[in-house]
Formats: sequence, structure tokens, C-alpha cells
Amino acid sequence: MPSSERTLRVEAIVLRHNDWGEADRLLTLYTREEGKLRAIAKGVRRLRSRKAGHLEPFTRVKLMLARGRDLWIVTQAETLAAYLSLRDDLERIAHASYVVELLDRFTYEEGGNRALFDLLAVTLQRLNEGHPSFTVLRYYELRLLDLLGFRPELFRCVGCGEEIQPVDQFFSPLLGGVLCPRCGGQDTSARPVSVNALRFLRHFQRSSYAEAGRAVIPLPVQQEMETRMQDYLTYYLERGLNTPGFLRAVRRRNPD
Amino acid sequence: MPILPDAVQNLTLAFERLPGIGPKTASRLTFYLLRAPEEISRSLAEALLALKSDTGLCQVCFNITRAGQEVCDICASPQRDEGVICVVEEPLDVLALERTAGYFGRYHVLHGVLSPIEGIGPDDLKIKPLLERVKSGKVREVILATNPSMEGDATALYIQQQLANSKVRITRLARGLPVGGDLEYADQNTLLRALAGRQELGS
Repeated sequence: MPSSERTLRVEAIVLRHNDWGEADRLLTLYTREEGKLRAIAKGVRRLRSRKAGHLEPFTRVKLMLARGRDLWIVTQAETLAAYLSLRDDLERIAHASYVVELLDRFTYEEGGNRALFDLLAVTLQRLNEGHPSFTVLRYYELRLLDLLGFRPELFRCVGCGEEIQPVDQFFSPLLGGVLCPRCGGQDTSARPVSVNALRFLRHFQRSSYAEAGRAVIPLPVQQEMETRMQDYLTYYLERGLNTPGFLRAVRRRNPD
Repeated sequence: MPILPDAVQNLTLAFERLPGIGPKTASRLTFYLLRAPEEISRSLAEALLALKSDTGLCQVCFNITRAGQEVCDICASPQRDEGVICVVEEPLDVLALERTAGYFGRYHVLHGVLSPIEGIGPDDLKIKPLLERVKSGKVREVILATNPSMEGDATALYIQQQLANSKVRITRLARGLPVGGDLEYADQNTLLRALAGRQELGS
């Protein structure tokens, strides 16, 4: 529990909730002021709880927290943005869960990161407004890596330092970026990456969201970009993510 | 080095594994039983053993039933409408609905909810048997009574998606203001749905 105050007023996004004791829930929050925090919400599984509706995952909420024995306790909650349309479509639930899971897995209770909070909030808002999920999610992944210090090197070969030429290359999560054909051929951990996928990844990395959104990317290239990013992210997390599998299960069984 | 005999130690540790019981409560319970008449611990022990050996799952709705009984009392009862299935997360939800004495259809217990973040997918729940039940043809309506949480909604949406091609009516329990609640404290989600589902008075 950071901060020595007895009470804390924060703006937070609810990342996840787990049942706790009789009728309570343990919330994992990402706050604008203090970064990641965990807090107990008392009695929110009762139907008449005044706080329950404000503390569902993905909600942006204003909170009053009081210092408990080991954890913060939620004393007041008021919704700032409910992102309602994230909840009434299965794919959107899966996308929002992915956004939240990535942040949860990459952060610790280690103090505030205002830019990270803002990125999370704007990403959920974009998904809520129905922006194309591919652009929103790839852009989010690259910005998240920037803010956490895991930015992949996409402009120079991470083997020999030479500038990357516009041909098919290799990509190595282990070395943290692209390898030129000469270095990549010798590295067994490297996966090939097409000139097109690399071009759009670089575009996403150095452009604004609006510019990234204007790119017209063929579907196979989108899939390649997604796979390369998944490799990179899971390498640094050292363990697979839950939500991509869920998304596949939900998509695969669409009965049409 | 344990000061107390193993029997005491073992029971304390066993209690500690139960949800909501810490080391202090565990030793208090142990010492209560140590001093109480033997009858109390004997009946407790017998009840504990019977809990596992005398129960099973209904092969139709997956509610908890007596051991050796293929089909639970509700599924076997001719008084219960087999054309309506109410889908719930846990056996305790069946109890809550039965207490209303206002529902006369049958149930289906999923034993959990979908949770993308915790990695709980469709195959971890009793969803497939539900789809098969509906396909059997006698069902007219499926009532989705999962909890009004993100996970409960995701589960309801998934089942709806799977049943989209069948002819059955699919409904979800209404969401709105709880009895004795206070508008001032209602969240936007609940209020919006309460507004959308408002009903004519006096009809």
C-alpha cells in the first residue's frame, strides 16, 4: 500500500474483480494518481449495494478509499464513464478484457504513471465508440510498450546496427526488434516478418492515432502484425495471455 | 516443535483450509469441539463424510442431487414445465429462485461464468449440454439468469449467440432498481435499463 494517508481520493479504472469473503470483492484498479492499487469493495455482491454498479470491470470511476488493515477499502464510488457498449457485445468484452489484461500483467503496485492511465482510458473509450478494433489494439500495444520501456526497435537491425532496408526481414523478441536478413538468418529465435507488416508496425509506432487509423492494411498483413506483436508481448510477460484464447474460442464458434 | 497432540493440530489445519477461516478461528473451533460432548463431533464428522458420498449432479440440469439419483426432483417432476429452462451460474442460484415460489419451469446450472481475464472459456462450463437440451426440441424458452456482472453478461451473450439459429425464445432477467433502493445511488447502467424497461401503471 503506497502513500501514508489514511484516506485517498483517486480516479481509477477497474481492471478486474474477484469474489472475496461472504459478499465482498477484491478490485484491481489502475488509478491516475497512484498507479495500480488493490482495494476491497465491501458488500458489493449484495443486490442492494450502492456501490456495485459503479465497480464493474472497465468502468472509469471516482473513488474514496480508506486505509484498511492490509488493503484499501472502497468507501464511495461514482461512475465517470461506464463505457456501456463494451458490455453488450461478446467481441467487445473480449477486446476490452485484452486491453485490461495486458496492463494488469505488465504493471506492479509501484506508483503512478499518468500517461499509462490516460492511454488506458482513451483506448477503452475508442473501443466503446466502435473504432476498428485492429487499429485500436495494435496502437495500444505499441504505446504501452513505449511507456513501459519495452519499445521494440523497428528501424535498425538489433544485430549489426545497420539501417533496415525495405525488404523482408526477421523479428526477434529476444533481441528486442528487427534483424536484417543477414543477421536474422543466423538467429534461431527470430521469425520472418514481411516488408509490409514491418512497414505498418513502424507506421503505428511513430504516428499519431489518427494517422495510424488512416492506413489501409490488407487482412493477411493485419494477421501477421498481430502474431508478431503477440510473440513479442508473451516473450516479455514470460507466460501466455488468457484473453487471446478466449477471443478465438468466441469467434470460432460463431454459428454462421 | 508442536506442543499440542497431532489430533488437535490436524483439525486446526483442516479448518484453516476453509474459506473465511483464519488460524485463530480454526483453533477456537477445534478447542470448542475438544470440550463439547462427543455427540457433536460425531454428527459433524458423519455429516461431512455424507456430503461427498451422498451427493451427485443431476444428469439433465447439473444441479446437486442425491447420490445414485440420475435426475433431480425438479427435472423429474411432471408439474414443472419442461418447455422453459432457467440458466443459472451456481446451485445456490436455484435455491434463491425456488424461494420465490414463482417459477415453474426447469433449470440448468452452468457451474461458473465465462471470464476472459481469468481464462475461463465455454468448455469450462456446462454449456454444451445446455445447447443439446435445447436442440432436443421440447424447449420453448431459455431464461438467462446469470448475474448482472460483466462475466454474467458475457456468458449470456455467448449462449444467445450459440442459440441464435434455434427457434426458441431467449430472454434475460430484467435489470433495474432493487426493492428498498435509492435512486440517488443508482449507477448509470442500472438506471438506463430501469428506464428502458419501465412499465405502464394500472394496466
